[in-house]
Amino acid sequence: MPYDYKPFPYVAPPGLTTPEPRHKVIVVGAGPVGLAMALDLAARGVPSVLLDDNDVVSVGSRAICWSKRSLELFDRLGVADKVLGKGATWSVGRVCHGDDEIFSFDLAAEPGHRMPPFVNLQQYHVEAFLAERALAEPLVDLRFRNRVTGIDQTGDTVHVTVKTPDGHYALTADYVIACDGARSTIRAILDLDFDGELFEERFLIADIEMEGDLPSERWFWFEPGFHDGQSALLHRQADNVYRIDLQLGPDADPEEEKKPEKVIPRIEKVVGPDFELDWVSIYSFQCRRLKDFVHGRVIFAGDSAHLVSPFGARGGNGGLQDVDNLGWKLAAVLDGRAPESLLDSYNRERVQAADENIVQSSRATRFMTPANGAERLFRDQVLALARKAPFARGWVNSGRLSTPCVYATTAPDDPALPPVSRPGAVAPDAPQGNGWLLNALGRDVVLLAVNCDAPAGLDVPVLRIEVNDLVAERYLGDAERALYLVRPDQVIAARWIEADARQVRKALAALWEGRP
Amino acid sequence: MSLIATPNIDDHDAFYAELLAAHRGLTEAQSQALNAQLVLILANHIGDRQILREALELARAR
Repeated sequence: MPYDYKPFPYVAPPGLTTPEPRHKVIVVGAGPVGLAMALDLAARGVPSVLLDDNDVVSVGSRAICWSKRSLELFDRLGVADKVLGKGATWSVGRVCHGDDEIFSFDLAAEPGHRMPPFVNLQQYHVEAFLAERALAEPLVDLRFRNRVTGIDQTGDTVHVTVKTPDGHYALTADYVIACDGARSTIRAILDLDFDGELFEERFLIADIEMEGDLPSERWFWFEPGFHDGQSALLHRQADNVYRIDLQLGPDADPEEEKKPEKVIPRIEKVVGPDFELDWVSIYSFQCRRLKDFVHGRVIFAGDSAHLVSPFGARGGNGGLQDVDNLGWKLAAVLDGRAPESLLDSYNRERVQAADENIVQSSRATRFMTPANGAERLFRDQVLALARKAPFARGWVNSGRLSTPCVYATTAPDDPALPPVSRPGAVAPDAPQGNGWLLNALGRDVVLLAVNCDAPAGLDVPVLRIEVNDLVAERYLGDAERALYLVRPDQVIAARWIEADARQVRKALAALWEGRP
Repeated sequence: MSLIATPNIDDHDAFYAELLAAHRGLTEAQSQALNAQLVLILANHIGDRQILREALELARAR
């Protein structure tokens, strides 16, 4: 059965009859990014109005691969157990050339993390879980069929005009977060440049249902025998639904290719005749971003700010990492705990991340769709070499899967400590008693004391962690002891083998000011 | 270390002959494929990005 879309109820907003009080935050767009944004703010005590122009969750599976870092965020938002329970956990990828497997990889080779590398789950399920949480959360005022038609800024106020089935109304807020997707209305109204590269190659993307028990693995084919295009990708999702991507070439006619009589024979060649077609779409993709993600008091997050190709699962996961980065900063600015300049660091860090995602995604796209001439020659010869020499497998690029960006920083560091936990990186997880380090970190700033006491007289929570082999490997290396200052988004802010209170205080001040 | 731009192979005339021999009997396309694989194999063997950069520059220079 295809997904049963139950419309969320529309309730006439109060602003239609009487002016509403000024809101702290308006989040525009209740996709995964907007929903996560409102929930993260709520968890930090910040109320928001969340506007969506629609009243159902995502049509089609769209984003399906949720990365470890996204799952860690879902855990803080209270939906990780549902996502893990419903989704297909996977870590093995197989890469084929023609009909032969040329190599496989296992992303779960490293033990001692609560979350798996990836869970596949249709975007509509993820949105439904998040929406259910948001509807039960008093600090999130979720309004369906509320379409933003105008936005304007005066002084420190953002004015938003909203259209509902009952007419227009006006809202004001301290901040607006535009999570309104690839075709962002807010980006269009503000007339912002959205520069980058457009790829002409067309891809068919389909959800099919079938019985049987294919393993939960990622399968990628270059030049498969069953499809005359250049590549194919197969992913398992929840409920016996599978995702198939087929490269069609630049000249494919989208309307023609979408027809079931065209699609079904193509898919039959991959999986045989016993399946049902749930959803199909033809797309080409783009790698582009806004020059800046912060425009006065309008802040962009997710696809409204940056677009990448789907190979690498960097779209949805990149958007959720925006949320991770922005939530604590905006909450701290609204509380008066941090200066407004902290938001500049959201722009700086997430632009760095978007550029990294765009570079990775563009390289993968180029490998899959090489231009004629030298590009094609080297691509084909990398594939040929990969069959006989292990080193060449590293060059085979079917998408480099999303990992969190390590933010550039000049914060205190000791190079004798392990690279995996350097400043700018997300704190690596590790077992702690019956639980996990990332759960123990929570959502506030914390000073981790590893095999030592924290300096006295500091106004910051201290967590003395249990030192086991994995903690030693990830946080000590050859050192006897260490101190780690961790941001509310669980990113390492600074670290020392030894530090006094003055050094830690200095790093704390830099953290709250958003200094690099 | 920097790119060696002076003779560095024992009996380099013999290697040159081996290189040509490897291409003997190949079509134009097969020759191109062999050269591409050689570039990739040797680049991986060298490994040093600075040397590879200098090699690319030397090959591009007119």
